[in-house]
Formats: sequence, structure tokens, C-alpha cells
Amino acid sequence: MAISEPVLSVRNLEVAFLGRRGKLVAVDGVSFDIAAGEVLGVVGESGAGKSLTGAAVIGLLEPPGRITGGEVRLSGQRIDNASPEAMRKVRGARIGMVFQDPLTSLNPLYRVGDQIVETIRTHKPVTQAEARERAIALLQEVGIQGARARIDSYPHEFSGGMRQRVVLALALCAEPELLIADEPTTALDVSIQAQIIQLLKRLCGERGTAVMLITHDMGVIAETTDRVAVMYAGRIAEIGPVRDVVKRPHHPYTQGLMGAIPTQATRADRLTQIPGSMPRLNAIPAGCAFNPRCAHAFVRCRTERPERMPAGSSEAACWLMAETVTGDPA
Amino acid sequence: MSGSALVEAQGLSRVFDVSRPWINRVIEGTDKAYLKAVTDVSFTIQRGQTLALVGESGSGKSTVARMVVGLLPPTAGSVSFDGIDMWAPAREAERQKLRRRLQMIFQDPFASLNPRWRVDRIIADPIRAFGLTSDKAETEARVGELLRLVGLDPADGVKYPHEFSGGQRQRICIARALSSNPDFIVCDEPTSALDVSVQAQILNLMRDLQDKFGLAYLFISHNLAVVRHMATRIGVMYLGRIVENAPANQLFEAPRHPYTRALVDALPDLTMSGRRRRVIEGEIPNPIDPPPGCAFHPRCPLAFARCRSELPLLLAHGDRQVACHAVEAGRA
Repeated sequence: MAISEPVLSVRNLEVAFLGRRGKLVAVDGVSFDIAAGEVLGVVGESGAGKSLTGAAVIGLLEPPGRITGGEVRLSGQRIDNASPEAMRKVRGARIGMVFQDPLTSLNPLYRVGDQIVETIRTHKPVTQAEARERAIALLQEVGIQGARARIDSYPHEFSGGMRQRVVLALALCAEPELLIADEPTTALDVSIQAQIIQLLKRLCGERGTAVMLITHDMGVIAETTDRVAVMYAGRIAEIGPVRDVVKRPHHPYTQGLMGAIPTQATRADRLTQIPGSMPRLNAIPAGCAFNPRCAHAFVRCRTERPERMPAGSSEAACWLMAETVTGDPA
Repeated sequence: MSGSALVEAQGLSRVFDVSRPWINRVIEGTDKAYLKAVTDVSFTIQRGQTLALVGESGSGKSTVARMVVGLLPPTAGSVSFDGIDMWAPAREAERQKLRRRLQMIFQDPFASLNPRWRVDRIIADPIRAFGLTSDKAETEARVGELLRLVGLDPADGVKYPHEFSGGQRQRICIARALSSNPDFIVCDEPTSALDVSVQAQILNLMRDLQDKFGLAYLFISHNLAVVRHMATRIGVMYLGRIVENAPANQLFEAPRHPYTRALVDALPDLTMSGRRRRVIEGEIPNPIDPPPGCAFHPRCPLAFARCRSELPLLLAHGDRQVACHAVEAGRA
């Protein structure tokens, strides 16, 4: 048990906004594990709760949002109820973060080297000179040419792709066990995006860092992750090995999502479209949240909320999976 | 190319003055600085067809869109619509008549709708401006019809933009663009602010409307997969120039220019065939100080001496045009 203990274990996580109009549940009973060296993709459309799940794990939820249930364990240790001081020590040292916009995650007034050195020295007992050498080595490793000369540059002197490399170096400089990357390539051009994804995968693979990769881009998921969780309206609709989820999706929402991506489609084909849009938090339908948009919905879907059940080598929260024995879900 | 083209751009160029203020130039002894956003871009669009321009940020695709639709005067070159030069000063009166026939859809449906106007007023605005209806009742009927056409309820007209989701707002933008019965719509990244399932709805809608009304589109996007779904012809832009212009199916099956190849290779593989995506090294250069010769040569795996000194011309290869010395020399 101790050997195979996951780096991150999330159980029945609930995040809610408590406001004048009552409680709005944005993340509802989400559970997943990430093992060392594993990349878990969390995919979903805007408002699915994927970024909030990431923010809850690192304890950066913006009030009035807060964790209202469940637990988060980092290598067995509970962190969801840790004090703000304790979480400050966890962030950076044990959990690294990469956000969408590299310009906002770097302080524009400090040289990038100083920012990396500061982070290393906050979390590791090393001297200034050692930390600087380590920062240079790290910048070299993330592919910044002439790292020794560029370490004293300011963030605005780098291009978007280079900045994201710096952010990656910053996230990994204290050798965290877990890296949370929230849309790390969304602000970048396709050619740069491919570079950053390969870099992220290589660096975390070499270090055995567990990665939670949050994105809306199925293409990024397909080529980067080992397992993928598809979120819809605050819940995990389907979770499983990436090959199965991408090639043989079970949940009707995942099927619709895959069909909607213009990839193999040529001009002759029509894209699959899911009618309607994601429900608002104050109007999540009873039963399965996807039922009003689902082509296969039946009575049970409208009244009873499905839990995750086995579907091939994945798990899907869909009543069709319970019915597979009796009928053909198409 | 042919006389039947609806839209024809000839040698379109645009230079922006990005100099520091005069006083700084005097004190610091620097020269004026110019950014060549678009250089010598030519293309034609036939009725009912879609030309897509793809490229990374800074490649000049949106600047082309703005010149074509008439929002930005070109530094050199011309755009003609149905044979009428859009930027010839003498033809102001004719140009006014053209305005009705070309419309634009913008990227951000949150910024392109007036938040203080009701949706029916937004959609009726072009109808009123061009005087397309004779009375109020007719305008109202037309607005209702347009809303139904884009998949909204005519009763939605009394709402304000903030009451709609991103996808629905983009539908309102499309309804507004269609309200003047245009022949040609310039779409600048119409779906890049939307989620995939909503993007699919909008792309399908745009295709249906094209078939129904015989619309021509100039479709600007950075997303090759979206472009593949929409375009009949694709122009690939790099640092302000078109480097390859080819029919859509040919471009994807056999990209010729090394940059196009790199872009096609960089597409994420959703079939999970195990194909590794090849990564292009480096980044797009600074357009204020572009590399000499072919602008792509510092990143190009096929570059040779000639590429570093001489600008490649856009030469015809069958049905497509490619600007590359390596392709011309038969090395690719």
C-alpha cells in the first residue's frame, strides 16, 4: 500500500460558492488519483469546474468559493484542511503550478533569475550562489539558449513561448511531487504549443513528477496524458486511459465532444453538434446534468443521478452503462 | 486569375509606423521604425467559396481582413469587389453601395455587441442604415426571420446581449451580418473564443448559411483543423506574406512549403495513430526587423544559401502557389 500510494488523491471533492442567493455547487463529488510520473488530463468546456478543481487542490480558491466537502491528500497527507501557513509551504515546494498566461505568473519588476533563485531558496537550504547555478542549469534544461546571459533579463524581454518555459522552470525548481498545469498552452501559437507540451512531458517524465493537466484542448490531452477525466457541470462524466476515452468514448457527452472537434473532418462532413450549452450553476438539471442535451436520455436520467460505473476499461457516470446488460445503448 | 472573382486582392501591403515619439528619437538618436504587417498579398475569392487565411500571431492575417472589409486603408495594392476598387477615392458613391454587400464577424462576441442595445435593435441597425425596409413592421418581421435563421427564438429580440451565452452571441453577430443580405462575409477568428461543442454548432451554421445564400467567406483562423473543415482554398501566411496558396484538400494531403508542412505536422493527433508530432524549432521573428531573404529560413530544415539572401516569389505549381526556393529547385 505504501509503495503504490498515489501522489494526489482526491475524494468526493465539493467546491461551492456561498452567497446571498444560497449555495452554488461548482465542483460536485469529484474523485481521482494521480500516481507518481503519471499525467492525468482534466478536460471540459468552460464552466465544467476543471480549473476550480485545480485551484482547490493547491488551496488557491478565491472567496467566496471554498471546499465544502471531501478530502485532498498529497502523498497520504491531508491538505484540504491545512492552515494557510502550512499550504504556503506546500505550494512551490511540493506542488508546482503553471498557469495559462505566462506574463501574469511572472513578476514584471524582477529579473527572471531572481524569481527562480528566490523560490529555490524559500524551499531548499542552499546558498545564493548554489541557487543561481541551479537556476541557470534549469533555464538551460527548459531550452533557453544562452541561459547564463539571459538569467538577468526581465520577463518582458522574453517572447510568450520563452516566458512559458521560464514559468515551467519556476514551477519545477523546488522539485515538487505534483505539477498542476492549468491551460499551459492556450495562449500560445500551435508551433510553440507543441514545443511546450513536449518539454513538459519530458521534464516531468525524467523527474517522476505527477502532473494534473487542465485543458479544453482534446488534442493536447490525446498526445500528452496517460489518463483523462472528462468533466461536465462540476462532475466527472468519464475517466479512463486516454486511448479508450479518445477512441472509444462511452459517455454520450464525451462522444459528442469528440465528434465536435474538426480534425479528420473534411469539408464534406458535418461536425457532430451537441444541442444547447452547459447549464448554469444555479440551474443544473435534476438527475444526470447532461440529460437535456443527451440523445439517449430516458426516464431514469431525469430523476436519478448516475455515479461512475465501469465502462470497458474506463468509468462513466451514465445510466446507459448500467443498462448495457439488458439493452444496446447504441 | 479569372474574371468571375467576387473579391480580388492585388499586391496588398500595409506598413505601420511604430516609431518612438519625435522627442525620444532626437534624444536617443534613433530612426523611425516601420512594421511591415502585410507585404504583397494577392488572392481571389469566387462566389460561394471560402478562402481561409491561416498563420500564427503576427503573421498579418487580421490586417488583411481589415483591409479587405474596408476598415484599414492599404499602404499599397488594391482590393476590388465585383470589379469595383474599394479604395479608389473617385468611386466613393459606388463604394457606399458595396458596403451593404460585405459584412464582418469578429472574434469576440462579448466585445462586438453593444451591451446597452436590445438584440432586435442591434440586428435592425444595418437594415435601417441601408434603408432596406419600408416600415417598422417589416423591419420587425425581418429581425424575427433572421433570429430564426441562426437558431434563436424571435422572442429573444427583446433581451440584451448579456443574457446570452458566447455561442448565442456569435449567432446574434451572424444574424446582424446577414441582415443586409451580403454576398461576402469576412470572419476574423469567429470561433476561437468558443468551446468545442459550441464551435461545432457555429461552424455548421456558417456552412449551412453559405449553401443557402451562396455566400463567399474570407475566413481568418490560427486553427488549421477548423480551417480544414471550412475552406475551399487556404492561404498560409508567414510574417506578412502568403507562402502557400492551395485548394484545401491538396494543402492537407501534400503540403509543399516547409512552413505549411510544419504546421500540418504540428496538428495534434486525435486518431492516436502513434504519429509523433514533429516540432518546429524557434519562434516567429520580429516583424520590425525580419530576416533577409525568405523570412522562414532561420527555422527551415531545407534552407540553403539562396534562402538567406533572395526573397522567394510566389510561383504557380499546378493549381497552387508556393513561395519557396527549395520547392522551386525541386529539393522538396
